[in-house]
Parts: sequence; C-alpha cells; structure tokens
Amino acid sequence: MLAYAARRLAALPITLFIIVTLAFAVVRSAPGGPFDAEQSLPPQVKANLERAYGLDQPLALQYARYLRGVVHGDFGPSLRYRDLSVRELIVQGLPVSLTLGFCALIVALAVGLPLGILAARRRGSALDHGIMGLAVLGVALPSFVIGPVLVLVFGLLLHWLPVAGWQGGNPTYLILPVITLALPLLAYIARLVRGSLLEVLQSDYIRAARARGLGDARVIWRHALPAALLPVVSYLGPATAYVVTGSLVVETVFALPGTGRYLVDAAINRDYTLVMGMVIVYGLITLLCNLAADLAYGWLDPRIGHGS
Amino acid sequence: MEVEGSISAGGFWWQAGWRLRRKPRALIAGAVLLVVVLVAMLGPHLTAVRYDALDWNALAVPPQWSDGHWFGTDRLGRDLFVRTMVGVRISFLIGVLASAVSLVIGVLWGMVAGYSGGRTDEFMMRAVDVLYSLPYLFVVIILTTLFARGSLVVLFVAIGAVGWLTIARIVRGQTLILARSEFVEAARVIGVAPAAMLWRHILPNLSGTIVAYATLAIPQMILFESFLSFLGLGVQEPLPSLGNLINDGAREMQSAAWMLLLPAGFLLLLLLCLSVVGDALRDALDPRDSAA
Repeated sequence: MLAYAARRLAALPITLFIIVTLAFAVVRSAPGGPFDAEQSLPPQVKANLERAYGLDQPLALQYARYLRGVVHGDFGPSLRYRDLSVRELIVQGLPVSLTLGFCALIVALAVGLPLGILAARRRGSALDHGIMGLAVLGVALPSFVIGPVLVLVFGLLLHWLPVAGWQGGNPTYLILPVITLALPLLAYIARLVRGSLLEVLQSDYIRAARARGLGDARVIWRHALPAALLPVVSYLGPATAYVVTGSLVVETVFALPGTGRYLVDAAINRDYTLVMGMVIVYGLITLLCNLAADLAYGWLDPRIGHGS
Repeated sequence: MEVEGSISAGGFWWQAGWRLRRKPRALIAGAVLLVVVLVAMLGPHLTAVRYDALDWNALAVPPQWSDGHWFGTDRLGRDLFVRTMVGVRISFLIGVLASAVSLVIGVLWGMVAGYSGGRTDEFMMRAVDVLYSLPYLFVVIILTTLFARGSLVVLFVAIGAVGWLTIARIVRGQTLILARSEFVEAARVIGVAPAAMLWRHILPNLSGTIVAYATLAIPQMILFESFLSFLGLGVQEPLPSLGNLINDGAREMQSAAWMLLLPAGFLLLLLLCLSVVGDALRDALDPRDSAA
C-alpha cells in the first residue's frame, strides 16, 4: 500500500511536467499574439512591449525561465490584466471556485447517497422509477441548460433567489450555482449507489447474513452499504474533474469571479500566461483529487493489495 | 469459404436487428431522431430565410405562426426557427465528424497495440493512460486557442482528438482476445501480413463494438461542442450552434424566455434520443454485456 502510494506520488510531477510542457508548446505556437487585438501599435512600441514580457527571446530560453518560475509558484504577469500577475489572479479566484466546488460535492453526496439507497431498497416501486427517471434526466441535462433554466424559474419568475453575482460569498447567492453544479453529480451518484447496492445484495455473504436472521436495516447498513459505497469512492476522482469542468459553465452563467471564468476569458483573449497558469493549477487539483480517491479506495478495499 | 462468411456476418446483423426490434423505446427514439435531423436538414430550405438575415420589422418577437417566425426572432431580428435548425445541423455534423475522428484514431491505436503486444502494446497503452489523466477539457481549450476560432474543422478535430482514448482501450482489449483465436492463428500460418490481418480479419470482428460505441460517442461529442460554443470557444457568430444559441438565449431570458427554451429543448431531445438509441444498439450488438 505504501509502495503504491509512493509510486503514484512519484508519477505526479511527471504528469504535471507533461501538462506544463504541453501548455507551453501549444499556447506559444498559437497564431495571433496578445497585443494584436488593439489598434495596430507602432513597431517600436510593440518591440518594447515584447521585450518587457520576454517574448523576443528564443523559445527554449522562455521555456526554461517559465519552468523555473512555475516551480517557485510564479506564473508570470498576465498579458491582459496589465497590473496583475497570474498568481494574484489565481489567488483572487480560487477561493470562490473552491467554495463552489466543495459545496457542490457535499450536496451531491448528502442528497445522492440517500436517494440511491432508498431506490435500491424499494426496487421496482413507483418511488424507485421516479428517482431513477430523475437521475437519467439529471445526468443527461448539461449544466449550461440547468443553470439558465433555474435562474429563469427561481430568479426571474418566482423572485426567490438572486439571479447572479457573488457578494462576498453570501449564502443566498450560492444556492443556485451550487445546485446547478451538484445536480448531474447527484444524479450520477444516486444511480451508482442504487446499482452497486443491488449487486451487493445479491452476494453470498448477504444471503448468509440474512440466513443468520439479521433484520433488513442491519443487513443494509452494517453489511451491504460499506461494500456498496466503494464505487462511489472511486467515482470521487472523476467527480472532481467534473466539478472543475462544470465550474467554467456555472461561473459564466452566474457571473462569479472565480478561476473558471478567468480561464475562459483568458482563452478568448489569448492571454497565454493566464491560460497556462490556470491549466497547471486545475491540472494539479484534478490530479491530487484523483490520487486521493484512488488511495482511499485502496485503503478501504482490502481485496486490493497494491503490488505487495 | 465466402458463402460461409457471408452467412455468419448476415446472421450477426440480422440477430442484432431482431433484438433491436423488440425495444419499442429505442424505435420511438430513433424515429424522433430521424424526424428532427430531417427537419434540421430540410427546414432551413422551406422558409427561404437565411440564418443570418436580419428582419428589422420583427426584432425579438415571440414565436407565432402568422408572420412566418415560428420560433420568434432574436434581438437582431434573425429568425430563430432557421437558426435553431441550422444549429441542430451544425451540432449534429460536428458530433458525427468528431466521433468519426476519434473512432479512426482510437480503433487504429487499439488494434495496433492489441495485435503487436509486448513492449509496443505497453508503451502505447501507457501513453493512453497519461492522456487519460490530463483533464481533457484543458486539452481542448488549449487546442481551440491554438487555431483560429470559428473554424469548424479545428473544432471537430480538437474534440475528436481527445475522444479516442476510451475506444482505443476497448478495441485493444477485444483485439487481444481475437489475436489469440484460432482463425487468426490459421491466417498467420498461411502467411497473411500484419496490415492485411488487421484489415481483413480483426476489423470485421470489431464492427459490432465499433458501431455501438460510435452511437454512444455522438451525443457526448454534441454535448462537448455545445459546451465549448456556450463558453464562446466553439462555433462563432453569426454561425449558430445549439451551444451559442443557448448562450444568447440565457442573456435575453428575462424578456424573451423562448430564446433560451427552444434551442435548449432541441439539444435535450437530440441528446436523449441518441443515448436511448445508442444504449439499445449496444445491447443488441453486444449481448454479452447488456447487463452493464
């Protein structure tokens, strides 16, 4: 187990290095520079600008300098927001995105798990069909449809909740974005739990537990559920990747000042350094969460003896 | 030889068709899909209004039958029926082409890896693992910043280029099994070259898997395209796609909910029908793992 964890941790910098290199190579070979969009600058001014940002040096040198910066947590200046460094922008935006993602994960687990268990226990009932119908819909509905529709219903028609904005993390402003982000996740988790619980309930050791005369509740809570939750644990890795992806949409729909919105703007504005910085930070978060989920899975499931 | 082959191939597809016919839900979804796609292909020709034509006498009018704007118009007076239909067409086209790109790459990669085995196999699949661990969205965002935005070719190549990983894994697994089977052994004994072997003996046996995967890949690719277009990184104005129509609609929904709800409805209809049909096809073509 420890050896496995060490091996996975050792692979992390390699993957990160690939991400950094890929981001650098691809973004730098993009046609169109960050200073192209303005009215054409005098060549002298443009040359000065490029020198100020180090864009006139050979690519290999730029790459080396960039790598050294990244290791020290310095992603360079943003090319678009002139007075801010990429690091400052990330530090500004990350709390918003993390709050959003964390709340969405909690909500998805807190609602999805009970719904899945309920559906599995009442298999074939109207309740089961209802929950699973909603789950199919939840998985199929993309967040950029759910978000605007929720705003339309709860913000514009019913006037229950604010339409957009952040307001320093005021909880009422958080509700709709969190629901939008959590809904597909919640639906998927409910489906996952139902499926795996039903499968576990078929197994021999559950039959044995029932044969010993244990009650329904005890069989499910003590014996079936721990095993049935394993797929959910391993899903948490992809789930964070989903939350990261979803945050781009949710922050756009609800005009939240998070890193997801920065990434989209940066991509549209060809703000090279900001795109690279965001991709690296998001890549790191996704990789770490995947690693954590895999390790937790290995730790919880005694059948997996990694490389021992 | 030849007669026997054709009977068994026909048998497989005939059986699949038979299993498919017993799924009324899939048949209905398929019919709806056909109608939507047909209307999307033909619809814009029926009204003779171009998707980017401005109608100054009808700015942001709600849906109505009388003046010909069946889905209303947007802020610039462009007919939303035509725009939605052209949007469906573009989204569908990108979905199909991106799936095709990812299938070609994935099937080739998987077949070569699975058939070569050993070092080559290990290296190729390790590459897939590394790419898998990269958040695919960033790869696409980087790819779309790389090239001139708005180019449809770039868009479906970018989407297809990250979608091939799953199919590569599936195909490799199947090829591993096929490579060890007796008929491949026999072909090898009579001296069939590797390329011919893959093309003539392995590929036909993968066709069921490939078709099943393709139909499930299309809705994913459509979703992906709309996602990018919604963010402003995909299809660019004035060209409509379901994604940027939904984005436009979301901005206007306070006064004009139809601008959001109509394209969103069509996107959902398309996705739902495709995944129902895809699921049914997978069950029909691959009866072994219909439980999954």
